[in-house]
Amino acid sequence: MSDGANTQPIKNKQSANLMNKVRGLSDRAIAWIFISPTILILLAINIFPLIWTVYLSFTNYRVNRPKKDVEFIGLRNYERILSDADIWITMQATAHFLIWTIILQVMIGFTLAYLINKKFKGNDLWTTIIVLPMMLSPAVVGNFWTFLYQPQIGLFNYVVGFVSGADPSSFSMIGDVALAPWAIVIVDTWMWTPFVMLICLAGLRSIPDSIYEAAECDRASKWRQFWTITVPMVLPFLMLAVLFRGIENFKMFDLVVQLTGGGPGSTTELTSINLKREAFEKWRTGYASAYAVILFVSIFGIASIYVKALNKVKSR
Amino acid sequence: MQSNFMKSVIGIGAIAAATLGPSAAQAEDLTLCWAAWDPANALVELSKDFEAQSGHNMSFEFVPWPNFADRMLNELNSGGKLCDLMIGDSQWIGGSAENGHYIKMNDFFDKEGIDMADFIPATVTGYAEWPKGTPNYWALPAFGDVVGWTYRKDWFERPELQAEFKEKHGRALDAPKTLEELQQIAEFFQDRDIDGKKVYGASIYTERGSEGITMGVTNALYNYGFQYENPEKPYELEGYVNSDGAVAGLEFYKSLYDCCVPPGSSDWYMSENIDAYKSGQVAMQMNFAFIWPGVESDANVGGGKSGYFPNPAGPGGHFAQLGGQGISVVAYSEKQEAALEYIKWFAQPAVQKKWWESGGYSALRAVVEDPGFASSQPYAQTFLDSMAIVKDFWAEPAYASLLLPMQSRIHNYVVAGQGTAKEALDGLVKDWDEVFEDEGIK
Repeated sequence: MSDGANTQPIKNKQSANLMNKVRGLSDRAIAWIFISPTILILLAINIFPLIWTVYLSFTNYRVNRPKKDVEFIGLRNYERILSDADIWITMQATAHFLIWTIILQVMIGFTLAYLINKKFKGNDLWTTIIVLPMMLSPAVVGNFWTFLYQPQIGLFNYVVGFVSGADPSSFSMIGDVALAPWAIVIVDTWMWTPFVMLICLAGLRSIPDSIYEAAECDRASKWRQFWTITVPMVLPFLMLAVLFRGIENFKMFDLVVQLTGGGPGSTTELTSINLKREAFEKWRTGYASAYAVILFVSIFGIASIYVKALNKVKSR
Repeated sequence: MQSNFMKSVIGIGAIAAATLGPSAAQAEDLTLCWAAWDPANALVELSKDFEAQSGHNMSFEFVPWPNFADRMLNELNSGGKLCDLMIGDSQWIGGSAENGHYIKMNDFFDKEGIDMADFIPATVTGYAEWPKGTPNYWALPAFGDVVGWTYRKDWFERPELQAEFKEKHGRALDAPKTLEELQQIAEFFQDRDIDGKKVYGASIYTERGSEGITMGVTNALYNYGFQYENPEKPYELEGYVNSDGAVAGLEFYKSLYDCCVPPGSSDWYMSENIDAYKSGQVAMQMNFAFIWPGVESDANVGGGKSGYFPNPAGPGGHFAQLGGQGISVVAYSEKQEAALEYIKWFAQPAVQKKWWESGGYSALRAVVEDPGFASSQPYAQTFLDSMAIVKDFWAEPAYASLLLPMQSRIHNYVVAGQGTAKEALDGLVKDWDEVFEDEGIK
């Protein structure tokens, strides 16, 4: 009791000193106090692993060989990656997937947004139905599309067979070298077109009616209104959607693994799948780190150029 | 008086503790890690006897085959303590021994009188030894397994099919003795109408993601003359991996894939083959022997409708791909004593006999060499015949680095149809040479 009574004034004095010290700090110092925990966390979980990955990329380190000496091997991992024909094949597969998914998603997404933007009965219901695929887990989508693509019992093959007159079991979307790259494009387009549609819809709804009314007064045709008002004003939104989808599809993994596992052969082995195999199946940690650095630099460089272009379009 | 009473209580307590033994006093929660498949369920039932006898509690961590290696090798490489006992794949033995994931069991075997000579030699070499051919043991053979074939005996026995086949090939429609005969039978059934349903020749391993197509194609490669290395000069691959015989074997597997499998079977492994067979899509199925008890008890294809035969011979020999696993104690476990108790219990002949009866494939010679074994199940003789001709994939510490290029090269040729068999195997030699160079072996 007596101890408590004695320590209370000391505590009060200490807290008063602290308050005085805080009051004496500049705004900049207080700002640093507030953001420093976040910066520390970012350094610990983002920046440090990045620097560590760059370091590992110059070594022959293997995480599954703790007893083996780690040697510094300079640029050897980079040389091997850039001169490996198989890696360029996976890059091609990734480029095919990336380009076609973006083209199809932009075209279909924008068309859907344009249609949904019109006022009609059941508009909300259709919007909800259209966005359903993007709410599903990619692993689930990949799994059930393997059933849809089944030559003997798959709905996709049945519909194609019904429309074209071909025998449904005469073709295999995920087992045929020519069709498999398209099989993954179709599924990704089915799943992510609604995302592009929603962004385009936001763009379309941000255009004030007064602009169209002014165009009507100037007797501009619908076609002219579309190309001179709608497209330029939606373009920044569209470019944003392309950026998001581009980054996402560059690192596409789960959906394709579930669908094809990278096959047949290596036809649909995208860079992220290939990287995972190097890192966590072959356990070539140093090599995989170099691979990851190359991919990071590529995507960071492309994204930076793209963001500059996007800013230019927005400022017009 | 009170003091004497206390002394008596303490004395009785001490005697009781000593009598009940250390297991009762130190009951542990043991976790056994394995693949999620039928034998694992049988082991759960079998282990109840161990729990009752030892007082230890058993938990199980089962992972589906396609993710088994990924999940468990991650666990071992990170020094995880999840698993006390690991029934790891046979090819992991080299890496797990050299990287210190498993404890060495020689002293334990000597102390408990467990003799490796009591087990099927191929399973000791395949599941327990590292380096191969040396008496250094890291596991107890736990589950003998091998690739074999299942066929629709009820279809084969139909008189009209027998007559048609005999007219075409001049021999009875029966379980094939050679790979060439197997392909003839597969072609015979391909696209045939049976009971109003279109059926196909055979389901074979084509899976790309883990180890599937490798586990399948080796059954053709071995029998056409493929060898992993020069028997006289280890790690010399040129002329052995890509020998003329190996090329012919790979071409055979591709021709079997091209002619005689169900549509869409470009990425099939154990479970897809089982499904195709049980649903009556195929006349023959390639699969590990572990599925045979399930086939026999199946309502559609069991009860005498199915027959079993070992992988047929080829022009270059008669082999079958080894499957199966040994049981090891994980070096990172803090309950190694209790884990070793489990292995001691599991090695007992009576337990091994019960293991076989409940659907597990015992590797203990006392069980499989019992006069009544061959007739104990319709597939028992085929199991014995198959285990006599086994050959396994590399079990080097770099096994995963060796497996992945094989998966890729073989799938590229067989399923994707890219390049030639010679190019695929030449590419494989280049990939494997690179791995061995990385390892500092070559």
